[in-house]
Amino acid sequence: MYTEVLAPSKSLGHRVLRSRLIEALAAPHGVDRYLELVRPAWSLRDLRAEVTAVHHPAPGSVTLTLRPNHLWQGFEAGQFVRCTFEIGGCRRARCYSPASSAHRSDGQFELTLRAHPEGLVSRFLHDHGAPGMIVGLDPAAGDFVLPAERPEHIALISGGSGITPVMSMLRTLLDEGHRGRVAFLHYARTPDRVPYARELAQIAVKAPNVSVDFVYTRAARGGHFHPHHLPDLTDPPGSASQATRRSRLPETYVCGPPGLIDAVCDAGDPERVHNESFVPLARTLDGGDTAGAVSFARSGVVAPNTGATLLEQAEAAGLKPAHGCRMGICHTCTCRKLAGEHRNLLTGEVSCAGDEDIQICVSVPAGSVALDL
Amino acid sequence: MTDTVPDLTPEQLEIFGCELDAIRQRALDDLGDRDLEYIRRLIRIQRGLEVTGRGLLFASVIPPAWVAGVAALSVSKILDNMEIGHNVMHGQYDWTGDPALSGHGFEWDTACPSDQWRHSHNYMHHTHTNIVGKDRDLGYGILRISEEQSWNPYYLGNPLYAVLLALFFEWGVAFHDLEVERLGSGDVAWAEKRDLLAGIWRKASRQVLKDYVLFPALAGPQAPLVLAGNVSANIVRNVWTFTIIFCGHFPSGVLEFSEEETADETRGEWYFRQLLGSANLTGSKLFHVMAGNLSHQIEHHLFPDIPAHRYGEIAAEVSELCARFGIPYNTGPLGRQFGSVVKKICRLALPDRLTGVARARSADVAGPASAPDRPDPLPVAG
Repeated sequence: MYTEVLAPSKSLGHRVLRSRLIEALAAPHGVDRYLELVRPAWSLRDLRAEVTAVHHPAPGSVTLTLRPNHLWQGFEAGQFVRCTFEIGGCRRARCYSPASSAHRSDGQFELTLRAHPEGLVSRFLHDHGAPGMIVGLDPAAGDFVLPAERPEHIALISGGSGITPVMSMLRTLLDEGHRGRVAFLHYARTPDRVPYARELAQIAVKAPNVSVDFVYTRAARGGHFHPHHLPDLTDPPGSASQATRRSRLPETYVCGPPGLIDAVCDAGDPERVHNESFVPLARTLDGGDTAGAVSFARSGVVAPNTGATLLEQAEAAGLKPAHGCRMGICHTCTCRKLAGEHRNLLTGEVSCAGDEDIQICVSVPAGSVALDL
Repeated sequence: MTDTVPDLTPEQLEIFGCELDAIRQRALDDLGDRDLEYIRRLIRIQRGLEVTGRGLLFASVIPPAWVAGVAALSVSKILDNMEIGHNVMHGQYDWTGDPALSGHGFEWDTACPSDQWRHSHNYMHHTHTNIVGKDRDLGYGILRISEEQSWNPYYLGNPLYAVLLALFFEWGVAFHDLEVERLGSGDVAWAEKRDLLAGIWRKASRQVLKDYVLFPALAGPQAPLVLAGNVSANIVRNVWTFTIIFCGHFPSGVLEFSEEETADETRGEWYFRQLLGSANLTGSKLFHVMAGNLSHQIEHHLFPDIPAHRYGEIAAEVSELCARFGIPYNTGPLGRQFGSVVKKICRLALPDRLTGVARARSADVAGPASAPDRPDPLPVAG
């Protein structure tokens, strides 16, 4: 129903609702504040989605299917979406990569995530996710995408919950009728933890140009990434010797924990390995030193530098800065650094340029820092 | 009420403050789904009443529809201004992270621009509650509401000004920050208030356009009835909000303070002043909702950013704490409290020598030194 009223086309209803007269009549609250009472996903200005289906593809995992409203512009396979959920009365934002094809015909997309024992949002969605839930969205973002002109042969490598963006790439390529060869290689601890296992097995049978391999890191004959886990993608097959195979590793898209990404980058041509890490980096990298103090200029709060990320230190000081992914990809937490030096945990770079915008979720102070918070 | 204000030692005041902090923390720790569901439900009811009220007014050829329409629209505006607008703008729901409930973003259905309200109310009134010369809610610059304001013949019109303020309360609130009386006396230059006036003009013109031009115009031949309905609803809202708000700080037994005595307050002393400067109203659950829970004015002034629907739950703890420290907890039914406000407004219209009110010494803490129900006020803070 709402797709009719609020379709992207310039329908009469939509034009009327957007008119200045209606806006004046709905003042001071605005048309959206009345529309959402009729149906929560209705909005002229806010990008929102309604959860239409929930299922559990593997123990500890949950898949949500979302129907976004008319403001949704779609996504490219591999991108992530910042999603806002209401949990315990409080909005929480997290970034997830859709796992569905970018060309899905019904305009919906699906998110698959694993419930982490300490993950407030993932556990909530796993335990309480239900159709009808309303999710706030930001437009899809991220550079971990296939080039517009698809490479002929492609390797898609993932570890753990990093499967979702490459699953989206695989499904998208299949929908496009991609003719080149695609090697899908997934690392999981145990077989029962793999979402999409059955669908991937079916794809491997139906699509002769797609190979699917699973490697279980906790199995006797499993282990961590090795180039031999990939089938020979040279053209024609077998034309290259073992020695030259490395340099001829195809365009590779890898998503997973840092160890996997490092191993794949070491094995292939860095120019052709594209990656996205799915582990909160702040926790895996060590913090900076703990000298000096962090001052939050707008709040008038000063606290000794604990060495944690600036976002964590701001929260510890009782502030509630806007943030999203907490891993340096969505830029929601970007704020102005007024003074001091900081180290970017993603790049390791230390910047002493006083007045600059920084991502506080992946920055630790190097001495005293002042933020416009 | 024959309570007297106890003379608490600094140590006692500190313990008192810590106890209140603990009540506050317990309430904050318990915030969750319940609070969000409550305010969303209220918003749904309010928007529903608004749409219904305006719909009924369009059918005003049938007289009962007009009356019902005015009633629905009045209640809608009351809920919008009090339980929703006033409370949301205090940041009571900021923790939800919902932009529609953000204290900094909310705009309400009244002439006063929300940003000016946040300054004059959240900051000025709530920080400097009942401090004569600082809290402009004391008489709104129009009325004589405290013996601390010296009498002059202008105040002979006190009751009349009060009636006019009640009828046009939204405009009194809208022009609150303009400090009209100081503009008149030349203490403040018009140039300083230009931006403020522009803000009032922007907000108020939209309100007038909506209620007094667009909706009547859309009703075609029934325009006069719709216009009359909208005017009536605004007046009903004005009188009701005036009544509730005047019962919050002006019933007998509520104290005023001087700038000197409140200059270096501790947190405990600040709490103490908020308590002595506020009064509650008793009533049904529906009454509290219609009063925006400002009927729990004491709890609201202690904890302005805790969702107001929780004040009723906190009130038992607060009054028990007051009893323990011997601090008067001023509460009563609407009739009695408002009656004492009306009496005060009339009494203060006359010069003090006629009403037998001795001029309060400005250094004295407790203001109405010979108010009948307060025989022996003691200094508030050391």
